[in-house]
Order: sequence, then C-alpha cells, then structure tokens
Amino acid sequence: MLDAAKIKQDFPILAKLVYGKPLVYLDNAATSQKPSSVIQTLVDYYEGYNSNVHRGVHALSMESTQRYEEAREKIARFIGSPGSENLIYVRNTTEGINLVANTWARANVNDGDEILTTEMEHHSNLVPWQQLAKARNATLRFIPVTDEGTLDLSNIDSLINHRTKLVAMTHMSNVLGTINPVKDLTAKAHAVGAHVLIDAAQSVPHLPVDVTHLDCDFLAFSSHKMLGPTGIGGLYVKSDTLEQMEPFLTGGEMVQEVTFEGATWNDLPMRFEAGTPNIAGSIGLGAAVDYLEALGMENVHQHETEITQYALQALKELAEEFTFYGPTDPARRGGIVSFSSPHVHPHDLGTILDQAGIAIRAGHHCAMPLVRDRLGVAATARASFYIYNTTEEVDLLVTTLKDALRYFSKSLSLP
Amino acid sequence: MQEMHPAHLDDLYQEVILDHYRNPRNHGEIPNPHVSSRGFNPFCGDEVFLGLNLDANQKIESVAFHGQGCSISQASASILTTLVKNKSLPEAEDLSQLLRELLRGKELSDDELDQIGDMEALQGVRQFPIRVKCALLPWATLDDGIADYRSNISP
Ligand SMILES: Cc1ncc(COP(=O)(O)O)c(C=O)c1O
Repeated sequence: MLDAAKIKQDFPILAKLVYGKPLVYLDNAATSQKPSSVIQTLVDYYEGYNSNVHRGVHALSMESTQRYEEAREKIARFIGSPGSENLIYVRNTTEGINLVANTWARANVNDGDEILTTEMEHHSNLVPWQQLAKARNATLRFIPVTDEGTLDLSNIDSLINHRTKLVAMTHMSNVLGTINPVKDLTAKAHAVGAHVLIDAAQSVPHLPVDVTHLDCDFLAFSSHKMLGPTGIGGLYVKSDTLEQMEPFLTGGEMVQEVTFEGATWNDLPMRFEAGTPNIAGSIGLGAAVDYLEALGMENVHQHETEITQYALQALKELAEEFTFYGPTDPARRGGIVSFSSPHVHPHDLGTILDQAGIAIRAGHHCAMPLVRDRLGVAATARASFYIYNTTEEVDLLVTTLKDALRYFSKSLSLP
Repeated sequence: MQEMHPAHLDDLYQEVILDHYRNPRNHGEIPNPHVSSRGFNPFCGDEVFLGLNLDANQKIESVAFHGQGCSISQASASILTTLVKNKSLPEAEDLSQLLRELLRGKELSDDELDQIGDMEALQGVRQFPIRVKCALLPWATLDDGIADYRSNISP
C-alpha cells in the first residue's frame, strides 16, 4: 500500500477540522483534493508569468506558451498518446464528450444508424447521445447491466452490428466502481467499423490508462478528479479521425488566416481550442500528472484495490442492514463503494456521517437511469477512495454507519 | 471517543420527525383526487405524490401522500396531511407560508405555533441548510397542486 499518512501531508485541506473533527474525505469520485505542488503552480503562474499563449513575442508569453505546451506533452504521454497534437484541452469530461457529439458524430451518424452505450453511464455520456440520436434520427441502444453490476455481454454480438457507428462507454462506473473490458469491446466495435469513445473520468485518475493499447478513437477525462484544478480536462482523439473533424467552437486561437469572407483553420489540436484557454489550469494538471507519476499509477490502483477490499470486508458486518452494489471480484472494480439501507435514507446517512467529519456523496450520482431503474432505489450513499485514504478512515466510516443505524432504529423494531 | 451525536443532530431528528417517518399518517393514494401533484427534488431523488379531495364547502375532506425520500421530506409530508385536513385551500397555503417563515428563522407567535402543530419539530432543519429543501418539498408540491387546480377550474 502507499504511505497514505505521508501523502496526506502534501494536501493542505486534509489537515482541516470539520465540526472539530479531522476531515475524512471519501468523496473522491466527485472531485479529488489537490496537493501543494499543484496549488503552487497556479500561484507561480499568476505571480510569475501570467500572459496569453501563442500570441506574444514578449518574455512572459513565451514562458507561458512553453509551459502550457510542455504540460500538454506530459499529459499526452501520461495517457499513452502517440503525440501531443492528439490531446485537445477541454473544460472537463462533459465538454470532451459534447465536442465529439457535435463534430465527428454529427458528421458521421445518420438516419438508421445506431449508437451503443451502457446502462451504467453518467449523464455526461448519455444525454449528448440522446440528443444526437434525436437530431440524426439514429437509435440509441444499451448494453445491459447484470445484477452484480457488470456489463451483460451475452448479446454483445447483436448489439454491436453493422449499423453501429459509435460505442460510447465508461471505463469505470462512478456508482458501482465496475471496471469495464473496454479494450475487448473496442476491438469488437472496430471489427464492424464503429468508432469508440471512452469516458475515462473515473479511470485516468485511478488506473494506468494507455490509449494506444486500448486503441480507442476518443477518450475524455477531467483534471479535477485527478488532483488537478477544476475547469480543465483532456480529450484524446486518434490521428486519422482528428484530421477529418470539423471545428466545434470557432473564433480566435483556432484559426490560421481570416478574411472578411472566411477563415482557414489552425493546426491540430489548436483548431479545437477557440478563445483564450485555461492556461493556469493546464499547467496545474501537468503538475498533478507529475505527482501521480511519481507515485506510479500501478501503485495508485493497487492502493485503492486494497482499501476497497478492506472496506468491503469491514462492511460485511453490516450486510443485514445495507445492500452493497458492484462486482465482488476485486480485479473488476475500482475504489468506489455504493450502498443503501431500507432503514436509513442515504441523505440522512450523509448528514450523520458529515457530523462525524466524514464526507461522502448521497444521491443518484448523475446516473439516474442506473440508480433508479436498474438498482431500483432513488438514491445510494457512496464512499470513494484515493491515494490519501487509510484503513483507519474506513474503520471510522464503519463505526459511524453502525451508529447511524442505531440512531435511526432507536425505537424502530428492525425486521 | 468522540461525541457521536452532537446536540444538533437530535434537533434535526426529533422524535416527532422520526415517528412521522416510521409511521406516516395518511399514507396512500386517493382515487381521482380534486387536487393532485408530484414533487421531485432532482438533487437527491426525493419524491412526493400528494392528492386531496374537497367537500361541498371547498374544504379539504381527505388527503393522502406517498413517495420516497429521506426522513425529513417524508415526515414533512406526513405532518402536512395531518395539518391541512378540514382546511380551505387558502388556509392550507397559509400553513405552507408559515413553514417557509419558520425555516427562514422567523420567531412565530403563540397563535401561529398552535396552528402549525408537529411542524414546529421541523425547525431543527434550519441548522442544516442543505436539508431545508427536503422539509419544503411536500409543501411546494401542495402549492403547485393548488395552483394547477385553480388554473383548471378558471381557465
Ligand atoms: C463516469 C463519469 N463521467 C463523466 C463525469 C463528468 O465529469 P465532469 O463533471 O468533470 O465533466 C463524471 C463525474 O462525475 C463521471 O464520474
């Protein structure tokens, strides 16, 4: 396991007291905390070389441009991209997916075509495809989810067929923690000529991810879930597809030459980056990548697997009161544990845990169809782990959950 | 060992609230209600269906709710049904307004406190701003239902 107690010291916010109690931050799937090294890059940028990129001949602009592009190279390398021109800076995963939906997909998905997604998607990888299917008169189909919370691949050969134009799926579920076999599914999709988009919002922060090995056409992720600042993320696009894509937003930065009548487009990937970008954020994400690389993504994944197994074991004590969701096989899940109880609503659990300094998430986790229609509950409580979480924190979670149960069943006769 | 239940948790989860949560009053559905509506809080998935029937004098003769959600939203719905029975629609709306004032921190008069009955127990919610929406959900649902009803009878 990683030395989480030592790692914690790099995160100023984790020294904070909440209601006089040490903060136990278990809402990492929503957003991660940031180490001092990342925070410092933002300060350094604004104090030391704040200036616009790609346009100034002065010293500051040359420095910011250089650091901005160096960060891009670093982030591209981190996800196994063959080149930095394949990495488009976006605001977040949601924007990356919308960019694909509004450019490549609008041009390539037609009447009668099919888009295949899964029943475990975040709204970000669902609503854009619903909209696209409506606009292009295409059909949206779903890979079902089994009761255990994995993809049901029993009908995959009919779901992926010659009408399929795009398979858009999450690498790791933000509700169930399930890690999907995206490499195999990508190969199946390519066999029928379909493109593949991977929602890597939960995988790039937590697992080694290599786009060349996965062979996907698009992959989107968010900086704020991987120790970096908010407002920045990445969209990887494979070269052959990238070269054919028309711009999304237009204006400054993304053009080469403009006349009163028209414009020609800038080089890749700037063609997809209209307007002044999030310069500090990009450099900050580069610093987050440095931090993760120093730990090693294999070690990060290993640490979370161990914490999750520890948690699932410890929570077994509560198996009569809570339903736990997601695969039991540790190899198929990441550091996310969702649960619900008929006796204590997740929202009430959230409030009681909060009073003990423990931050979890309660709700539908932006995956309403999965939670409501597939799991059959209005909401779940979710604990999600990262590099700074310890087994002691898991113990406190379990104790407080027991307490919450006792509290709510004070005069309730449990069945 | 830490104090597990700071005093204000007990303020939020008063016995009255927990009792309404565990043993909801007027739980169920009214067939063909005069006034009906659904309230939904997308933030947490809480949901309340409310139905009520009026008598010849336009007073609320019967009322029922069902739904799913946290203790606060469901207890608030249960309390609502006990309070609005035999009231006119404007009187029910006044109660809704009183709850909003209570949750905004207003000190209610003795007379007002008499009117709101078990609803007084909801004032612990004030210390938990994120939960105020839960307490208000059934009442907002009632207001919506009444507004709908009025626009349907006088188009
Ligand atoms: C699986 C998954 N996809 C997409 C998103 C959306 O990420 P963002 O809000 O950063 O665009 C999230 C974040 O909650 C997620 O967990």
